[in-house]
Amino acid sequence: MDVALSGGFARPAEHAARAFRACLQAMARPGRIYPVTGAEPPAPLSPAAGTILLTLADSTTPLHLAPSHDTPAIRQWIAFHCAAPLTGAGTATFVVGNWAAMQPVDRFARGTADYPDRSATLIIEMEEGDPNARLTGPGIETAIDARLPEITAFEANNAVFPLGFDCYLTHGDRISALPRSTRVEAL
Amino acid sequence: MTDQAYNFAYLDEATKRMIRRAILKGLAVPGYQVPFASREMPMPYGWGTGGVQVTAACLAPEDILKVIDQGADDTTNAVSIRKFFERTGGVETTEHTAEATLIQTRHRIPEHPLTEDQILVYQVPIPEPLRFLEPRESETRKMHALQEYGLMHVKLYEDIARHGAIATSYAYPVKVEGRYVMDPSPIPKFDNPKLSGSPAIQLFGAGREQRIYALPPYTEVVSLDFEDHPFEPSKADHACDLCGAAETYLDEVITDDRGGRMFVCSDTDYCTGRQAAGHRGRLSPEDAA
Repeated sequence: MDVALSGGFARPAEHAARAFRACLQAMARPGRIYPVTGAEPPAPLSPAAGTILLTLADSTTPLHLAPSHDTPAIRQWIAFHCAAPLTGAGTATFVVGNWAAMQPVDRFARGTADYPDRSATLIIEMEEGDPNARLTGPGIETAIDARLPEITAFEANNAVFPLGFDCYLTHGDRISALPRSTRVEAL
Repeated sequence: MTDQAYNFAYLDEATKRMIRRAILKGLAVPGYQVPFASREMPMPYGWGTGGVQVTAACLAPEDILKVIDQGADDTTNAVSIRKFFERTGGVETTEHTAEATLIQTRHRIPEHPLTEDQILVYQVPIPEPLRFLEPRESETRKMHALQEYGLMHVKLYEDIARHGAIATSYAYPVKVEGRYVMDPSPIPKFDNPKLSGSPAIQLFGAGREQRIYALPPYTEVVSLDFEDHPFEPSKADHACDLCGAAETYLDEVITDDRGGRMFVCSDTDYCTGRQAAGHRGRLSPEDAA
């Protein structure tokens, strides 16, 4: 079958419910890693990132594909399964790509003082690696070590709290999250 | 058995996605009220339409759902909402706090300590803590943006000037992580200390007012007070008349028209559990098993 038509949720309500619970736990407990399954998107979009998109993105959420993920196959897959309109960096509700392709990240919506929720959610495709940052803040009992693509950008993002963007970090079928409320320190 | 006429957990998938996005932004900015497009639910406003929508968006087929109304599992509101999700979600339900994975609550936090594997969903009537001080949404929004919370302290001070103590006994305002002042929903202030540092995720849904807000686990929640009038969680100065518990929140029950009264745990599951374990109170029946 055409790759654009396959790889969605087999049972949308149940799969989305389970995937959302992983997204919920991840966002509530920054740095902890949770498995998510359900989507089988075309490479280089990871199953984890694809599952987040199927769970949260739809025709009401403009999506920005960073150059690393802006391929015809991914565009078609998203058009068929999410119907999310593709847009530029400044107006996106969701952004997908690897960290290098997302630069500079100060283009993304970080909300307003009145409506800090009107901010972008970044879905960052990661390589495996050892922890390089210590996270503290809401959702973390004491501290947790995690792998981040860099440190300074997330320090700056936390410094403008309650504004800022929120991130999911994805690799294979695993996700973790880094909301703007998390304080980041280099290890 | 799921009612096949409805989608899983009643709401359509587009609505659930919208609510889910609001919940996640709420977790990212603890205590901030995220606007959402609240739907008409098959129950009147004031009966938990906000909580039900949050529960519907979070519910997974494996969940075990508990619903309480002021601590009780057996009141109309709690029974109806449990039945609603049994029918539209096909999920299991329970009355035991420890067994539940998702608990929807109206105006209480269970006495039994919550765990990391649980989610607590509050039904909220008026999410804006500043609403009775400033009726204009445009103004309260600005006050939150600027952290302009002096008016709330004036209100608490007026309590002290008039009554000698802070008289607010429920929906007692809290500050989350030193930033947003939040209405904890009309829980008794006895429950306020349990908001802070909870291992469970706490989600708040206000259906009529179209707001969702959240407390991630291990979030610092401080009840507002003054140095010389510190916050004091309070309860009726009695022990439970059925299970003898001295440290639980109590309901006062009028038993006759000659001034007779009894005090019982507001958390029915906790009270029943203690009675089953052999604890007795002042008015326990002699032959109770």
